[in-house]
Amino acid sequence: MAEESGGLVIKPMDQFRVESLFGGDVSWYTPTNVTLWMALTVLAASALMVFGARGRAMVPSRAQSAAEMTYGFIYKMIEDVAGHDAVRFFPYIFTLFMFVLFANLLGLIPFAFTTTSHIAVTAVLAFTVFLSVTALGFILHGTTFLKLFWVSSAPLALRPVLALIEVISYFVRPVSHSIRLAGAMMAGHAVAKVFAGFAAALGAFFFLPILAVTALYALELLVAVIQAYVFTILTCVYLKDALHPAH
Amino acid sequence: MEGDIVQMGAYIGAGLACLGMGGAGIGVGHVAGNYLAGALRNPSAAAGQTAFLFIGIAFAEALGIFSFLVALLLMFAV
Repeated sequence: MAEESGGLVIKPMDQFRVESLFGGDVSWYTPTNVTLWMALTVLAASALMVFGARGRAMVPSRAQSAAEMTYGFIYKMIEDVAGHDAVRFFPYIFTLFMFVLFANLLGLIPFAFTTTSHIAVTAVLAFTVFLSVTALGFILHGTTFLKLFWVSSAPLALRPVLALIEVISYFVRPVSHSIRLAGAMMAGHAVAKVFAGFAAALGAFFFLPILAVTALYALELLVAVIQAYVFTILTCVYLKDALHPAH
Repeated sequence: MEGDIVQMGAYIGAGLACLGMGGAGIGVGHVAGNYLAGALRNPSAAAGQTAFLFIGIAFAEALGIFSFLVALLLMFAV
């Protein structure tokens, strides 16, 4: 992926390389930079919730109000999007949101590794959602869950066509769910790296790309939060289909 | 240089696949623009509809992601 243009070498994809922490080859049990940053993500998210909510002060500290606001935000989102009976799945959805949010945000630290920029990571998250939601639909509704694909409000002649489209769109869900997050993270970080490479090549005008990188970084902060939000809200939408499959 | 024509085709195809992202851009802009137009007409109802804004954007964006996926497959898998 090296792009060469007259001595300028920018390798924007090098930052996504999975490397062993202590040298040597990477196999399934090797501690890698992914392991490290995933552990840090879990630690950071747990620290915010555990230490933030521990005080239980009437006038909350900054950490406590941050923890309470995220909690309330996700709770309200599940109630609004998936209905009140979806609230029993709150722990899972809240865990997903906190993990994705903190993985995205920690990835923005310079020299950090963005775990969510790998499709392997996001695909595991998305396929877990997909499989558990599908299983839940069949457990709760039995075969009537298949009515999800049979649009009873449409004219009878159109229904088989619509059923085909619905089935395809149902199975494409985990793909778009995972690649959206990984793609947004990867693209943003690669673009930042390319602009940083321009700064090294421009000599006296180095400040122009640095200004651009600063603006991009602000945009990336926004994207990191929005992608975590979108990932969670789509989980809620899929959960709603499993709880109320009839059209 | 012989045998590189497959590689060349893959690169050209990856570039062409990225044109699909333009369509996703139009779609996302359409959703966001219509949301803003509606929100300016009835600001009191705007806050309750942000969830649908993001769901709409996510669905429009999914199709751009497929073109990105095709580009990635051409670059790294074919």
